[in-house]
Amino acid sequence: MNPSRKRRIRLVVALTAALLAASALVYTSFSAGSDERTAGQLLDSAVPGETYTLAGTVANGSVRREDGVLWFRVLDPRRPVSARVRYTGLVPDPFREGRGVMVKVRRNGDLFVAEKDSMVTKCPSKFQVAPPRSDPRPGSVST
Amino acid sequence: MATVGRALLIVAFAVALYGIGASLYGVLRGDRRFVDSGRRAVYALAGVLTGAFLILELAFLRNDFAFEVVATHSSTTTPTFYKATAAWSSQEGSLLLWVWLLSVWSSLVLALTRRRVREIAPVATAVLLGFASFFLMLTLFFESPFGTLAQPPAEGTGLNPLLRHPAMMFHPPMLYSGYTLFSIPFAFAVGALVTRRLNSEWLQATRRFALAAWLFLGIGIVLGARWSYTELGWGGYWAWDPVENASLLPWLTGTAFIHAIMIQERRGMLKVWNASLVLATGTLAILGTFLVRSGILDSIHAFGASTLGVPFLILIGIMVLGSVALVVWRRADLRSEHQLDSLLSREAVFLLQNVILVALAFVVWWGTFFPLISEAVTGTRSLVGPPWFDKYTVPLAFVLVALSGVGPLMAWRRVTAANLRRNFTFPVSAALVALVALSLVSGAWEEPKAVAFASIVAFVLAAVGQELWRGMRARQASAQEAAPVALAGVVRRNRRRYGGYIVHAGFAVLLLGVAISSSFEHAKDVTLRPGQTASIDGFDVRYARATSRPSSEKISLGAVMEISKDGREVATLHTTRGYYPSQDESLGIVGRFFGGERESEVGLRAGFGRDIWIVIAPDLAPLAPIIDEGNATFRRAMVGVMREGGDEAAVAQLFALRDVAVTAVARRFVTRPWPATFRMIVSPLATWIWIGTIIIVCGGLIALWPAPATARRRVTAGYAARVARELARSSS
Repeated sequence: MNPSRKRRIRLVVALTAALLAASALVYTSFSAGSDERTAGQLLDSAVPGETYTLAGTVANGSVRREDGVLWFRVLDPRRPVSARVRYTGLVPDPFREGRGVMVKVRRNGDLFVAEKDSMVTKCPSKFQVAPPRSDPRPGSVST
Repeated sequence: MATVGRALLIVAFAVALYGIGASLYGVLRGDRRFVDSGRRAVYALAGVLTGAFLILELAFLRNDFAFEVVATHSSTTTPTFYKATAAWSSQEGSLLLWVWLLSVWSSLVLALTRRRVREIAPVATAVLLGFASFFLMLTLFFESPFGTLAQPPAEGTGLNPLLRHPAMMFHPPMLYSGYTLFSIPFAFAVGALVTRRLNSEWLQATRRFALAAWLFLGIGIVLGARWSYTELGWGGYWAWDPVENASLLPWLTGTAFIHAIMIQERRGMLKVWNASLVLATGTLAILGTFLVRSGILDSIHAFGASTLGVPFLILIGIMVLGSVALVVWRRADLRSEHQLDSLLSREAVFLLQNVILVALAFVVWWGTFFPLISEAVTGTRSLVGPPWFDKYTVPLAFVLVALSGVGPLMAWRRVTAANLRRNFTFPVSAALVALVALSLVSGAWEEPKAVAFASIVAFVLAAVGQELWRGMRARQASAQEAAPVALAGVVRRNRRRYGGYIVHAGFAVLLLGVAISSSFEHAKDVTLRPGQTASIDGFDVRYARATSRPSSEKISLGAVMEISKDGREVATLHTTRGYYPSQDESLGIVGRFFGGERESEVGLRAGFGRDIWIVIAPDLAPLAPIIDEGNATFRRAMVGVMREGGDEAAVAQLFALRDVAVTAVARRFVTRPWPATFRMIVSPLATWIWIGTIIIVCGGLIALWPAPATARRRVTAGYAARVARELARSSS
């Protein structure tokens, strides 16, 4: 076979294989992706049995722990609504009220049951929780 | 001092702009004086930025809270080591670190190549200074590290507790060194394309910098993984987080590049591919910085929403469009000098390895940016998790590791059947022996992929061992040296080749650790009282006693855990969770000492066979009534003191009493202990991830070090140049 024709065939085969692989990648990412939703969107339209990624801020005063279960509410950034979440598993260190979180949930009535260990908490680079100036730090705390 | 710092940044910006102008004017007019001046502008930039960086460092070390960045990222109680490294925990400081490192590496490459690549270097200088100008613009107009506070606080807010880990402090300089070093081959590639000097000279001039970039970036990635393993309290080292992925992308394409350039150097092939790879790697390095700095994707590490997104997008757009335009413009000059002779050759293996690496990079890129892609296509942000990444990356990693063993065994151009037999018999036998041996281990076939992977690793290690053995035997035969001397000699004489082989061995070991630890890991969440025991993977873990330690920075509540197996003591581990104080006054005078940031300290027993990993998550609910009582008591006392005029001594006495109360509350965790929750993990071969990394670093350093022959040539060339100069002087 003519070497240049051979090269062209090789190139077509390689490009076709790459295209097929890329198509599989695109297809599976859309079918396997978990939709990121706000609390309001989930409360309006979440279907029981489907998994969603709930994103938002942990509502102040909503965090409660009972028998290894963490209960909290996630605020919608655009509407004055929040979703109640029941979470089990590892709680990331940065988890706090007022902190941005993402958690995989399934609907169960008005409650959203989280997948175990699925919580991601945004880590702030600025550590903004020091005591006010007039109040000494616990440096004087006797050990 | 902040004013001096700001002034230095302005001077640096002016120097960078002048350097761009001088370099481009010099190259356009063919005036070497301007070209040299442009190069010296880079040296000056490095000097000025070193001054600016030192000022910022001094501000941190001196607790100068007039600097906003110091007040928000350090405190008087922050340990000195973390004060010195806190500069790059901030957005502003890390941008300054980026541009400072760029100026230092750029100075180094331009000093080393000042008598080589003379046509390419001025354009490369302009590109490097273009990057410097961009980052200086960010530090001047968007995120200034020298911003000041009108009323400096007496105390800073301190460094984020999660970042107080040695690995995390070295992680950013390593990553940034990798990113900035990758800018160098990018700049020289642009220079080569613009000036049509597309032979291998520019590759040879910057190859070592590409290798150093790859090494630094790799070290940075692994330091991040180590931090995640020992600090984040979830027991893993990789989670396909967008920020982790961002650093992996240029590393993957950079790995492809440092292999592919060998084919161009030897055979004059893959010129388009190499130019595209190096331009893509440079762009991905900027993309990595952009992902961390812009907060465009949700990540635990992202610096939140910032104003840097648009400038970065403009830069990345220019880099992508410019790169494509340059490659298309010069496609005629980038034609290969030779064709691939056979699919059974080292070139073909390198090519396949390159395709796999680029495919891996594409998978990681797609998965990372999928939230943005899906939002653009469907209007809904969607995410893919670790299972999706694993589905594609695991098989590709299988092939990649296998190729890292096959490559060294293949001859250039074409292999013969005899050659295949001679080179593959031992490694293939080693893989089969490993497969049979592992089959005899009970439970091994529950994870067939891990067993298959271990066999491939045996193949790679045998292949590398065989190559080192043959080299050593050949040298022994020719030089009559003892085996260790001969081995050292053969590696020293061909550092690039054998350093590379050692890297391959380290890579196989690292991925073996990943495969086995993730496949055969045992994890358990248990709630225990002191004295109770839980079992995991044949180990008995006893919660021996609770601990409480208030310190100047935090209150640590923890547990001493005794590990035993079959009645025999294995280890005693201590795990704690630190509670940093909050400034939220609504938590109460006592309560805020327990309501701030939290930081887990892992109890870890690392071993060659397995790691035992434990972390505690104390439940503070039983402390709530006593904290509430303390809050109420001190609120009443404070009101009383204030009503009587707020005498300073009385307030101080009240705070002293509060500190005693806080300590007493924390002590209840020990004196009246209640159940605590623990996560326990037994991870086989996890330590080999870090051992593999050390092997890779050793191999990388060997490959990076100039070979004796090269050093000799350099000395000879320097001597010849000096003689020529003296002859010219004497004849004139």
